[in-house]
Amino acid sequence: MTGFPLIEVEDLRIDLDDGSRRVAAAEGISFSISRGETFGLVGESGCGKSITALALIGLLRSPLSIGGGVIRFEGREIQNLSAAKQRELRGNRIAMIFQEPMTALNPVSPVGRQIAEMFVLHKGKSWREANQLAVEALSSVRVPAPERRVNDYPHQLSGGMRQRVMIAIALACGPDLLIADEPTTALDVTVQAEIIELMRNLCAERGTAILMISHDLGLVANVCRRVAVMYAGRIVEERGSADIFRAPSHPYTQGLVASLPRLGSRAALGRTRLKEIAGVVPAITAFPDGCRFNPRCAQATDICRAVAPQTDVLEAGGFVRCYHHA
Amino acid sequence: MKLRANLVIGGALFGLAIIVGLLAPWLAHTDPVLDANLMNAEEPPSWTWWFGTDGQGRDIYSRVLYGARVSLTVGIVSQLINSVIGVALGLSAGYFGGWWDDVVNALTNLMLAIPSLIFALAIMAVLGPGLTSLLIALGLTNWSFTCRLARASALSLRNQGYVQAATVLGYGDLRIMITQLLPNMLGPIVVIGTLGMGSAVLSEAALSFLGLGVRPPFPSWGSMLSEARDQITTAPWLSLFPGLAIFLTVLGLNLLGDGLRDILDPQSRSRRT
Repeated sequence: MTGFPLIEVEDLRIDLDDGSRRVAAAEGISFSISRGETFGLVGESGCGKSITALALIGLLRSPLSIGGGVIRFEGREIQNLSAAKQRELRGNRIAMIFQEPMTALNPVSPVGRQIAEMFVLHKGKSWREANQLAVEALSSVRVPAPERRVNDYPHQLSGGMRQRVMIAIALACGPDLLIADEPTTALDVTVQAEIIELMRNLCAERGTAILMISHDLGLVANVCRRVAVMYAGRIVEERGSADIFRAPSHPYTQGLVASLPRLGSRAALGRTRLKEIAGVVPAITAFPDGCRFNPRCAQATDICRAVAPQTDVLEAGGFVRCYHHA
Repeated sequence: MKLRANLVIGGALFGLAIIVGLLAPWLAHTDPVLDANLMNAEEPPSWTWWFGTDGQGRDIYSRVLYGARVSLTVGIVSQLINSVIGVALGLSAGYFGGWWDDVVNALTNLMLAIPSLIFALAIMAVLGPGLTSLLIALGLTNWSFTCRLARASALSLRNQGYVQAATVLGYGDLRIMITQLLPNMLGPIVVIGTLGMGSAVLSEAALSFLGLGVRPPFPSWGSMLSEARDQITTAPWLSLFPGLAIFLTVLGLNLLGDGLRDILDPQSRSRRT
C-alpha cells in the first residue's frame, strides 16, 4: 500500500448533460492526497468543488457524469467499480460529512442507532456490540453523557451536537479519507471552531486524511496543509496553505486573498474599501475561451483570451494555471 | 397532548368491536349456528332475546357478536395485505423511478379505473365464496391509494439530506428504503390503512349480502342483512342490529383515522392550534 498516494485524481472531467449537449462542469482536475494528509478545495459556489467530491465517492447522478480521467484509491482505479464494490468503499474507507447537520440525520431514528448501523453494515457486528461501540463513538466526539444521548432523537440535539454525531457516524468505521463538504457553514462561529478542532484532532489520532471543501479560504488554510483553488471548473492554483496567503500566484487567488478583511488593516478600520473582484462567475454553459478568468482579470492579454493556460510548476512547490503568474 | 374527541370515540368503538369479537364465546347467550329453535322464531327484542331472534329462532345478539369476528378479520387482514402491496410498490417506484415507476403507475391507474368492488366480485367469482377468497379478493383490490401515497412520500423523502447521507455512508438500496424512507412515511400510511379497514368492512358486508362472502349458516353482518331482506317490514330487528354493528364499526374506524391524522400530521396540528 505504501508508495501510492491514498487518493489520486488525474485529469478528471465531469460532464453536465443538459439534454441537447454535454458541457464540462469541471475539467483537468488533478490532485493527490497522501495518507493522513489534510487537503483543501476552495472556490465559489458552482465552481465544481462539490461535484468533484461526489465523483470521488462515485455518487454523480444524472445529468452529471464522469467524462474522463482517472480516480485511484490506494493505486486502484475506482471510477469504474461496480455499484456494490463502490458501496463497500463508501462509509467504510471513504466517509463524508455534510453542510447541513439539521437534515443529514434521520429524524425518526435515535442517534445511537444511526451510529450503530454503521458497525452493523460495514463491520458485521451484532446490534448489541454495535450499540456499545456507538456509545464509545459518541464519547470520542466529546458528547457529554453519551450513554444517555444515544437514545436521543436528532431534534433533541443542538446544531453543534448534531454535527458531532455526524462526525461520529463518518469516523465510525475508521475511514482512510474523510470528505468534509462545508462542514461548519451552518454553525455559529464559536461552535465552528470547536467542531473543526475536534475533526482535526480525531483525524490526526487515527491517521485519517481530510479533503475539506469550503468557500472559506481562511478556514481551509487554517486546517489544511495544502490548498487547491478552483475557478469555473478548473483548479487554478495549488500551494502549501502558508504560501497561498503570503504570495498568491494566480490573479484570482490574489483577488481572493486581497478581499479578505484583516484585523487592524486599513480596510478593517474603515479607511479604505475592501478589495473586490470585478464581474461575476460565468455560467457553466457560457465559459469563455482561453483562461476562464480572463474577462475579470486585470492582467489578461490576447493569449489569455485564446488558449487555456497549462499548469506551471512553482519553485516553492505547487502549481499555477496562468501565463502571467507572479 | 390533548386527546381529541374523534380519536377517543373512534378508538372506543373500534376497541369495543374487537373485544366483542374476541370474547364472543363468553358474551353470547347461545350458539350462533346450532341453537336454532323454531318454537321461538322471529321473536322481537325482549329481556330474554336482547336483539330478537330470526326466522329459525337463532339469537340475533349472539349472531352479531360472532359476526364481528368475520367483519374484523376481513377488515384488518385484507387492509394489511393492501398496505403491504401498496407500500412495497409505491415506495420502490418512488425511490427507483425510471421504468419501474412507469410500470407501477400504469398498474395503479388501472386499479383506480376499475371499481374495486366489481374487481373483487370478479375474483370471488373465480375463487368461489368463503373467508379465504374474501381476504384475497379484498386484499388485492384496494392498494392503489396506499401506493400513490407511498410513492409521493418516497419521491419527496428521496431528496432529504439524511437519505443522501445514507447513500454516502454506503447503505444499500433496500436498507435505505427500510431504515430511512419507511419510518418517515408511516404516519399517513397508518391513517390511510385505518380508513381502508372501514371500507373493507363495508365491502365484506356488500359481498356477503350478495351471497359471495362467508357461507351460511355461519354469521357475518353482511349475510345476516342479506337473509333479513325479505322480513324487513315484518321483523325489522333482523336487519337493524347487524346494520347498526356495521355502522358503528365503520364510523369508529373513520373517526380513528381522522384522529390519527390529526396527531401524526404536524402541519394540521399547528394549523388548528
